[in-house]
Amino acid sequence: MGRYVARRLLQMIPVFLGSTFLIFMMMYVLPGDPVRALMGEQAYDPTVVENIRHDLGLDRPWWWQYGHYLGGLFQGDFGTEIASKREVADIIADAFPVTIRLTLFAFVFMVVVGIGLGVVAGLRPDSVRDRGLLTLTLVLISMPSFVLGYLMQYIFAFQLQMITPTVQDSESFGDLFLPAIVLGSLSLAYVARLTRTSMAENLRADYMRTAVAKGLPRRRVVGVHLMRNSLIPVVTFLGTDIGNLMTGAIVTEGIFNVQGVGNAIFEALTRREGATVVGIASLIVIVYLFTSLLVDLLYAVLDPRIRYA
Amino acid sequence: MRGVARARWAAGAAVVLLALAACGGGAGGSGGRVLSSSWGDPQNPLEPSNTNEVQGGKVLDMIFRGLKRYDPKTGKAENMLAERIDTTDSRHFTITVKSGWKFSNGEPVTAHSFVDAWNYGASLRNNQRNAYFFGYIQGYDKVHPETGTQTADTLSGLKVTGPRTFTVTLGQKFSTFPDTLGYAAFAPLPRAFFTHHSAWLDKPVGNGPYAVESYTRGAQMTLRRWDGYPGPDKARNDGVTLVVYTDSNTAYTDVLAGNLDLVDDIPAGQLKNVRTDLGGRYINTPAGILQTLAFPFYDPKWNTGGARKVRTGLSMAINREQITRTIFRNTRTPATDWTSPVLGTDGGYKPGLCGKACEYDPAAARKLIREGGGIPGGQLKITYNADSGSHKQWVDAVCNSINNVLGNDRACVGNPVGTFADFRNQIGRHRMTGPFRAGWQMDYPLIQNFLQPLYYTGASSNDGKWSDKRFDHLVDRANAESDKAGAIRLFQQAETVVRDNMAAIPLWYQNGSAGYTDRLHDVALNPFSVPVYDRVKVG
Repeated sequence: MGRYVARRLLQMIPVFLGSTFLIFMMMYVLPGDPVRALMGEQAYDPTVVENIRHDLGLDRPWWWQYGHYLGGLFQGDFGTEIASKREVADIIADAFPVTIRLTLFAFVFMVVVGIGLGVVAGLRPDSVRDRGLLTLTLVLISMPSFVLGYLMQYIFAFQLQMITPTVQDSESFGDLFLPAIVLGSLSLAYVARLTRTSMAENLRADYMRTAVAKGLPRRRVVGVHLMRNSLIPVVTFLGTDIGNLMTGAIVTEGIFNVQGVGNAIFEALTRREGATVVGIASLIVIVYLFTSLLVDLLYAVLDPRIRYA
Repeated sequence: MRGVARARWAAGAAVVLLALAACGGGAGGSGGRVLSSSWGDPQNPLEPSNTNEVQGGKVLDMIFRGLKRYDPKTGKAENMLAERIDTTDSRHFTITVKSGWKFSNGEPVTAHSFVDAWNYGASLRNNQRNAYFFGYIQGYDKVHPETGTQTADTLSGLKVTGPRTFTVTLGQKFSTFPDTLGYAAFAPLPRAFFTHHSAWLDKPVGNGPYAVESYTRGAQMTLRRWDGYPGPDKARNDGVTLVVYTDSNTAYTDVLAGNLDLVDDIPAGQLKNVRTDLGGRYINTPAGILQTLAFPFYDPKWNTGGARKVRTGLSMAINREQITRTIFRNTRTPATDWTSPVLGTDGGYKPGLCGKACEYDPAAARKLIREGGGIPGGQLKITYNADSGSHKQWVDAVCNSINNVLGNDRACVGNPVGTFADFRNQIGRHRMTGPFRAGWQMDYPLIQNFLQPLYYTGASSNDGKWSDKRFDHLVDRANAESDKAGAIRLFQQAETVVRDNMAAIPLWYQNGSAGYTDRLHDVALNPFSVPVYDRVKVG
């Protein structure tokens, strides 16, 4: 187990280097000069543009820039933004806590409600409540998040006046409630369907019949035997979805004016702030890598047949 | 998102729930006579000589006052901190600063506050985006050479002659120079700006009617009325909270819900229902922005006598009135000269100067284009950037208009470039083969600013490399003319040279728009489309 984890951690290094390199090159080959663009449509001084480019090393070849960036990264320096001269680490420190709160909220919501609904429906396949769940999740899956976002905003903020339409204080869980539900509902539908199908299938498995024949109480049959085996595909999905929740919130963050990672990376992309994009994207890569490791370790917990040497 | 506050019946339940929601606290439209207003995160650090866009400009307009200030209504430059600006030859100026002015940290505003600030702005070492504003002052080539390193730290044309007086020597005659001094780049700076620079940037200190209370980058800035402000335009409210929105639709929604007081950029998609949503609480006034189509005069095909006729013909083939009405819903006005209505007729705006050349006339347009030898290259490609400002819509409409006139649906097509950065890049490298989108946002409300930077030979924003000796000569004469009215007449003569050659096709004047809640009164936009916060009354 320990060796397995160590090996996986070592494997992360080339993956991390490779992905930062790819993202860096993508930003590099985008046409146009970000320094010239920040001068806008007014008159400007070409000398100043040249000077800023030189100070930031933008006039050097790509391999020098990448080496310089990596060198800084290993000393914990994410670089500075071109226009605002702000430390990228600062921007990350502002945006990540907000996003992590939002993600956690959405994640808890989709795990609790999603698995709950899935279990309820999966235990009685083809019953009325099972068909009800399938219809409800179909609606959620086919509805784009901005439709759901505006709809929720309209109902809860304008019609019922229960909340303010946008997030006033990103540290308050009460304010983040609605965006988290909007953010989590698409994945919730997937989680519910996965749980439902997997449970319905395992209900007919041999070990289930054995467990029932042994005369085990129903609570133990469902809670231990059925649940543990049915959750493997769900856990796989949940693991990869954490990363999606963190980056995929651009639309939801826009609708509810949450100043999180999605907005930060979108702003940076439109302003061609390479260092910010690479910095945030690299952190997301790390999040993905760690959650996938965590998922693999959870397999062993859920299914004793899986062992890591 | 319409139909606000219909759920009065739920008042009882709402009270309970509102108490829950109130845990959020934060910026909302509540709290004394403080108003909240939509904001975008300024791209640049908030140094006056480094801010060239509207979001940073909003803050500077609240926390700084310069020698002159442009009247928010008329755009006329009026003395603010300047007691007197004297000159006899339009080249040597003696400036006297009024006494009694202070920065909000208590430091008095002196001649040094200005001279040090201007030297900082001009110095190449500081890489200030507005450095070129100081280019008229003598010695600029030493502190900001075009190549190599600077050989002086300060402008030789600036001399402090007393605690409140200093002299400015320009490199050439420039009669309207005093009127440029209302621009933010010429603001005075306190000592703390130089001695504790990064602390100053975290919480800027100025001499305007407001003082910054707190600033969270990327999220919010709170400004409070500065009670010690000595100027005549004291704030009529207790403060302003600027809240960053990444999506103007969201800000608009918040105004409808009464959660935000003022949104100063109505999203295009909401224009059709803004009047029913906000009633009279919607303003739509001219801003100092002119949209044109510029031409590549470095391409020999466009630099011929025939091409001149073709350009005029194209201008007459564009149905400006229809496009501004249907696509822009009257947030643009068809242009009839090369300046902007915000200048006022006293300032050089002359409606109708373009005359027939800007009127839609299909028959005359066809005739001129045929006489000129047809469109160079056979097809007109209008280049624009597709990433912002929904330019595609109007470029396609302009092309449609031209195609209908010429009876050929392949005569004109749009040529989108992915990003603004790449678009400017291609223009800078002279890669244009046909007309391209050119928007001009004025720096200060002077006719000079709409002509010289764009059409003077070798000027900084003369992207098409247009050059005309008569135009240059008239501009030189106008700058040397000490009588303001005389100077404006000469600039207008120079403008007729632009017209006769159709150096750029004027399309429309752009408006600024804003919407607000019923808590606010006396909301207006200044010629730079920035809300005049100090005049807003709350409650």
